[in-house]
Amino acid sequence: MDPHSDTHATEGTGRPIRFRVFRYKQGDRAPHFDEFSLEVAPETTVLDALTAIHTRLDPTLILRHSCFHASCGTCGMRVNDREVMACVTKVLDLDSPVVKIEPIANQALIGDLVTDMVDFYARFNAIGRALIRESEWLPEATEPAGVESYNRFENCIECGLCLSACPVVASDPRYLGPAALAAAERAIEEPRGLDRDGILALTDDSQGAWRCHVAFECSKACPSNVDPAGAIMLLRRRVATQRLRSLIGRR
Amino acid sequence: MITSAPGHVVIVGGGGTGGAVAHDLVLRGLRVTLIERGELTSGTTGRHHGLLHSGARYAVKDRESAVECIVENRILRRIAPDSFELNDGLFVAISAEDEAYEPVFFESCLAAGIPARRVTREEALRLEPNLNPALRCAVQVPDGTMDAMRMPLRFFATAKRNGATIRSFTEAVAMTIVAGPSGRCVTGVSVQDHTSGRRYEIGADLVVNAAGPWAEKIATMAGVEVPIQPSPGVLLAVRGRYCNMVINRLHASGDGDIIVPQRELSVVGTSSWVTEDPDHLAVPADHVEKMFLEGSTMIPAIRSAQTRATWSAARPLIGERGASTGRELSRTFKCFDHAAEEGVEGFVTISGGKATTLRAMAEATANVVCKKLGIESPCRTREYPLLPHTAYYA
Repeated sequence: MDPHSDTHATEGTGRPIRFRVFRYKQGDRAPHFDEFSLEVAPETTVLDALTAIHTRLDPTLILRHSCFHASCGTCGMRVNDREVMACVTKVLDLDSPVVKIEPIANQALIGDLVTDMVDFYARFNAIGRALIRESEWLPEATEPAGVESYNRFENCIECGLCLSACPVVASDPRYLGPAALAAAERAIEEPRGLDRDGILALTDDSQGAWRCHVAFECSKACPSNVDPAGAIMLLRRRVATQRLRSLIGRR
Repeated sequence: MITSAPGHVVIVGGGGTGGAVAHDLVLRGLRVTLIERGELTSGTTGRHHGLLHSGARYAVKDRESAVECIVENRILRRIAPDSFELNDGLFVAISAEDEAYEPVFFESCLAAGIPARRVTREEALRLEPNLNPALRCAVQVPDGTMDAMRMPLRFFATAKRNGATIRSFTEAVAMTIVAGPSGRCVTGVSVQDHTSGRRYEIGADLVVNAAGPWAEKIATMAGVEVPIQPSPGVLLAVRGRYCNMVINRLHASGDGDIIVPQRELSVVGTSSWVTEDPDHLAVPADHVEKMFLEGSTMIPAIRSAQTRATWSAARPLIGERGASTGRELSRTFKCFDHAAEEGVEGFVTISGGKATTLRAMAEATANVVCKKLGIESPCRTREYPLLPHTAYYA
């Protein structure tokens, strides 16, 4: 062990928590829950707890993680029935002696807490939005010489929490879903070579922007301020405006 | 057991290095299987601050590393367009000592081939209004922000499309070792597939150990030693973008002297200590405090910014012990052929390095692998455009 005082410690801190963790291996007849007890510190995140369970208690537990600061989107999961990023969710903030941890919903399961993201990206790829957006340069700043075009990463971290939380996705797998629709709105806002009208047409569909029930669960679940529900409302307005324009003979 | 045709290489470790080695070897015509015990980039790769180095950080003390960085920086921008925020970097001199360091810093950048531009205090404050107004001068260099997971994922996506087999959640549990004519030889890897619980063996003509700070654990399975010392550092992400450019303190490198803006966050890094076990990384309170303190020396608003996350990442530092078994390819990374002095054939370790130089590490490793397997095939990764990260999930 290293000598420093660990603010994320998962042992010797005297705050015992019971973790009920969803388990499933390919070939199992049905999933089940395993229980693990750990002591946690105020800064211990759900991801810290899960990695401690993996390294100390059960090396067969699998989960996705990468960046530890909610930029990569891999550790999205359902904790006490809510969609969260495990890396920025502190265990004690859940205010519960028992913490139930499940994979995100509405995605194919690979094992334990790991879901297959192929379906998520299939919807995303249909839109074709790039990872990079034109920069929202800090408004008070001037742009430096030598930088030819300014850009930054899209806010969406492709975590799948919005799809997990959406009641429509749960009932109808054909629905394009909040992440892809939010990506479509971004692509239309900033096409950068993409087919703006084609993307708008794709969303103007009974399985597109009109399928949303306006539950706003996606925007509540989003860890990255993308506001997919707001984007879907914008798409509807765009479609309606375009229809009106075509009615009065203007494009 | 999976039977192997001549030229089957198994790579242990699904970080940026492993992904880049897979990409390089597949392009040279080898059959490649990569195994990773967790998700891809879940070790050190995904946890770094996301800085695409220009090399300026190393320009004064380590010219070779600086040159390596600017060369690879240019290659990555070419083969992985749209993986970077084209925001450049600003090295800011805050103290009189920093200002006195500026001429040697600026000249060293130019000498290493790093385009550097002198920026006055007034211009620096116009470019970055949140900078400490006490700053004296600054230097602009082609640093950048990268997505620490999605940029490396492009190597995996491209390798997979070109025929590599990528098996995440598959852990190496043992090496198959047979007695050969000139000593022991690694001929395969026993793995446990954690998605099913199944154990099986993968045959290999050669195994590449690309496990980063875990490289010593993997080497032990092959009965060899690599001098890896896991060296963690703390990172702090605060909510809000306080700068457009990557901000570095213009001084000899120290703790907490980089601020990398990314999406709606600013990431401050990092510190450094050594540990034995990369699976148990502490997030020391005093290091987090230091990130706030040093970060706010450059951008005062960091002091009162809201914390988004604090975490640690372990660098695979190359230690001195046992280094005579290796062939030094660079000061920043090393590729060890364990046949020479330890008498173990079929096992190569790549370690050290940094995210910016992952392609160069892979090229050096693939050169060693091809030479050992008697394959003559040039490296193609300098020019080969990478697929977008989304293609990995196709």
